[in-house]
Amino acid sequence: MSGPADKSWSKAVSGFTPAAGGGREVHDEEPLLFEAEGAYYDGASARSGVDLPAPPKIADRLGGLRRQGKIGLPGLSEPQIVRHYTRLSQKNYSIDTGIYPLGSCTMKYNPRLNEKVARLPGFASLHPLQPLATVQGALALMDRLAIWLKTIAGMPALALSPAAGAHGEICGMMCIRAALEAHGDKRSRVLVPESAHGTNPATAATLGYQVDPIPANARGRVDLAALKAKLGADVAAIMLTNPNTCGLFEDESLAIAEAVHGVGAFFYLDGANLNALLGRVQPGKLGIDCMHMNLHKTFSTPHGGGGPGSGPVALAASLAPYAPLPWVVHHEQSFALIEERAGDAAQSLGRIKAFHGQMGMFIRALAFLMAHGGDGLARLSGDAVLNANYLLASLKDVLTPSFAGSAMHEVLFDDRFLGETGVTTLDFAKALIDEGYHPMTMYFPLIVHGALLVEPTENESKESLDRFIVAMRELAARAKQHDTEFFQAAPHRAPRRRLDEVAAARKPVLRWRPDAKPTAAE
Amino acid sequence: MRYLPLTDEDRRAMLGVIGAKSVDDLFGDVPAALRLSAPLDLPSGLGEIEIERELASLAAQNMAAGAVPSFLGAGAYRHHVPAAVDYLVQRGEFLTSYTPYQPEIAQGTLQALFEFQTQVALITDMEVANASMYDGATAAAEAVMMANRATRRAKALIAGDLHPHYRAVIETYGRFNGFATAMAPVDALAASLDAAISCVVVQNPGFFGDVRDYAALAEACHKAGALLVVAVTEVVALGLIKSPGAMGADIVVAEGQSLGNALEYGGPYLGLFATREKFMRQMPGRLTGQTVDADGLRGFVLTLSAREQHIRREKATSNICTNSGLCALAFSIHLALLGEAGFTRLAELNHAKAVQLAERLEKLPGVKLMTPSFFNEFTLRLPRPAAPLVDALATRGILAGVPVNRLLPERPNDLLVAATELTTDADIDALDAALREALR
Amino acid sequence: MSNIRYTKDHEWIRVDGNEATIGITDFAQNQLGDIVYVELPEVGRKVEKGKEAGVVESVKAASEVYAPASGEVTAVNTGLADDPARVNADAMGEGWFYKIKLADAKDLGDLMDDAAYQAFTAAQDKH
Repeated sequence: MSGPADKSWSKAVSGFTPAAGGGREVHDEEPLLFEAEGAYYDGASARSGVDLPAPPKIADRLGGLRRQGKIGLPGLSEPQIVRHYTRLSQKNYSIDTGIYPLGSCTMKYNPRLNEKVARLPGFASLHPLQPLATVQGALALMDRLAIWLKTIAGMPALALSPAAGAHGEICGMMCIRAALEAHGDKRSRVLVPESAHGTNPATAATLGYQVDPIPANARGRVDLAALKAKLGADVAAIMLTNPNTCGLFEDESLAIAEAVHGVGAFFYLDGANLNALLGRVQPGKLGIDCMHMNLHKTFSTPHGGGGPGSGPVALAASLAPYAPLPWVVHHEQSFALIEERAGDAAQSLGRIKAFHGQMGMFIRALAFLMAHGGDGLARLSGDAVLNANYLLASLKDVLTPSFAGSAMHEVLFDDRFLGETGVTTLDFAKALIDEGYHPMTMYFPLIVHGALLVEPTENESKESLDRFIVAMRELAARAKQHDTEFFQAAPHRAPRRRLDEVAAARKPVLRWRPDAKPTAAE
Repeated sequence: MRYLPLTDEDRRAMLGVIGAKSVDDLFGDVPAALRLSAPLDLPSGLGEIEIERELASLAAQNMAAGAVPSFLGAGAYRHHVPAAVDYLVQRGEFLTSYTPYQPEIAQGTLQALFEFQTQVALITDMEVANASMYDGATAAAEAVMMANRATRRAKALIAGDLHPHYRAVIETYGRFNGFATAMAPVDALAASLDAAISCVVVQNPGFFGDVRDYAALAEACHKAGALLVVAVTEVVALGLIKSPGAMGADIVVAEGQSLGNALEYGGPYLGLFATREKFMRQMPGRLTGQTVDADGLRGFVLTLSAREQHIRREKATSNICTNSGLCALAFSIHLALLGEAGFTRLAELNHAKAVQLAERLEKLPGVKLMTPSFFNEFTLRLPRPAAPLVDALATRGILAGVPVNRLLPERPNDLLVAATELTTDADIDALDAALREALR
Repeated sequence: MSNIRYTKDHEWIRVDGNEATIGITDFAQNQLGDIVYVELPEVGRKVEKGKEAGVVESVKAASEVYAPASGEVTAVNTGLADDPARVNADAMGEGWFYKIKLADAKDLGDLMDDAAYQAFTAAQDKH
């Protein structure tokens, strides 16, 4: 088909305009950098968006290994580049645009003060290998953040270097394995609830463990009896999330800890859902040995379209000796970095990353914590849980909550409310896009059918939630009227309609090539 | 509190709808014994004024490498980032957007990543690249695990001049993922190949700065059924020296920090990962692919996701989820601004500055230049231990380079010195004079 | 089609003397959705009954394909590389995966026949 898409779709059911922006330019093709007109202007004055001085004349010392031939990069001016990326940005939904009700992601507001302080030259221009005397402020900041996080966790030690949650999981599980091996204990199994995030079993398998799933009970919690039946001297650890991925508090955590420790195994907590517990529950008191935190979830550092994150790991005293390098320590009147496996750090598992960790995210997270204060954390988690329960109360008559009772910071629905309509969870989510919202988490956790996991966070106003509720109720009503075609063709109003992911996977095109054919629309 | 929109009136109304008496009641599933009865022992909440003041005072205790003559490298480099880059990545639609799992409303991120993947493939001279990893070191570890999968072998041979942090990370993963590692000096690598080796991991330019041609090693690897992994810790080098792809590398991993991303005391940085098309499905991490939408318009999606953790779970190619999206965007914008002419000129400028610096410092009495061929970084062997000297120069406001024994204890007299486009003649004069005096 | 047997993991095996053809069932392809890629064993590889022999990928899932019986791979369906959709269109025929030389006919003893497999899938009752 050629020309712009037919724009005569029906009005959004709720009457609100899509938050993803409107206007023709948003929907039109924005050429790739490589396709921009004149991008390959040849000649000595080839175009660039950066003016650099001419290199001084020297006799080169490249050993005859000068690069031959052109790289193939396009040359554009600064205004062209700024316009290209500005137009691209306008095709994106974002927290700044609207609510992201994504369960398990805690898409909260990213304070702009965080961006300002992370860019202070005294932080941004620090090289990681400067003499320690010249970076005392940086080390002090890392130490200060560690104190905040250890206090929130209720645990004595913290590894700062993991680069993201999944990296934190690897770090924590490596510490557990190191601790077991230090006692000559080779174990082969890790227990993981069926509702767990995919990174949990992936992490366990990466470290050579056999993953043994634990079913949930009718209350949506880990089935304690099933768990006990699976425990044995060959179990290295259990990996739990609390609150769990159904948005429910695992209230048998202490009993679980006792059973797990009883066979000499460790208790790993996936801290992705920490937002519900801030200032109200210290996970360290739940009997855990190890917990990663996601600074890009609970602690407001920006998602940036897929990272960077930061995943520090809180450790019990039994695991602290194995923490990866480097360690920030007090040394007389100053701070120092332990960068070798010697002395106190002799049993460290070594490095899991170059340099020291995601310093830029440490600064942002600390600014966020300083803003709320220790005295403000309970109000934060309170609003997060209140918002989720408000959504539950306002939607439970038209959607189908998977479990009875109140939720914590996120609420789980399943697709029973879609019954015999022929509308799937996916279709419903794509129609939500036309209402101007990013869909909630879909098809996760796996333990219910067609899951819809909704987490509003504490940063949504009541007005914002009420508008979301209206949109959800109208869509649910429309689905029950069996308007299947409408849903299956959604979204109608986004910068792109539904994309063919099967074709993308069958014949992967992962880059532009100079001989690339014109697009289908031409 | 400025980030919390709910008013007390809102809370009351909402509790009314829920049918609960107080917010605390919503935590009824938490056993009372586990609930805190008082706020945590942490400082009270602050406004922007106080936070800025406190953090500025911490920042002021640091000597910014940007404010003084500095010659630090060893895997992280001080480059100029054009103003437009940092402005663009702070647009809310980029900064505050989620992973592009709903492609219809994430075409900005997805198209930018598709362009990024293309740029990485072009500068490394490889066929496909992924949408980023945490950093160069973890990318190297992932490359080894991929080579193990592809060859069904379980031992990596590591060059002696691979960045010590990269080697350490590979060794950590080896210990826990169940593969072995061995190390050999660069000129002994080919001879150390055997049928157990899945890959050889080299770095170019090497940790000590050396620029080498690994084409012959690539051939030797392929004859032995192993893959050649080339690590690049200074991507600007790819604008001037022979590419890893041209040498016959199977996997290229790199640290992308040099383009678009501040030094920021070591993170967040940017792992690049590129390989040949035949290994495409073995690649860890996210991949962006081109497709069409229901109206036939071109669009981009995350693809080949079945390999990733959220689907494959315990059989995933990697457990990586969040990667370095915004750092990749910054890299991509910076490289787009530079273009072919700018990138190659930037590389020439870096090399020229380093040559000027080397010409001065190799004349210092008792000092030996250990690196005959280099890009923008080289090793000096001093007549005395380097670390105390560097500390002394720091107190005089010069960051003279990285003492090698900060990473390799067995080389106390070696100093790694780097120059970039930001190095001025005055900087070179200052370092030359300071070292001359310190070595008297 | 009395020479076809089925596994609990939804692979089928059609025996012809001491050669056998193996694929995944129509039920399996329906569960997976549009197949995007099939990873097949190499010719000459020895597969073991019950162990992984390949992988089949759709957009939303990736599943191991297990060997119903042990043997040496004699042929693979190379057409699937360009056209994985064949598995969806004709899982029991054109969508075959690989052929083996059977190591031991007794391996087939514990597999289901047509009737047993129909009953098995009916009991699974997926949406």
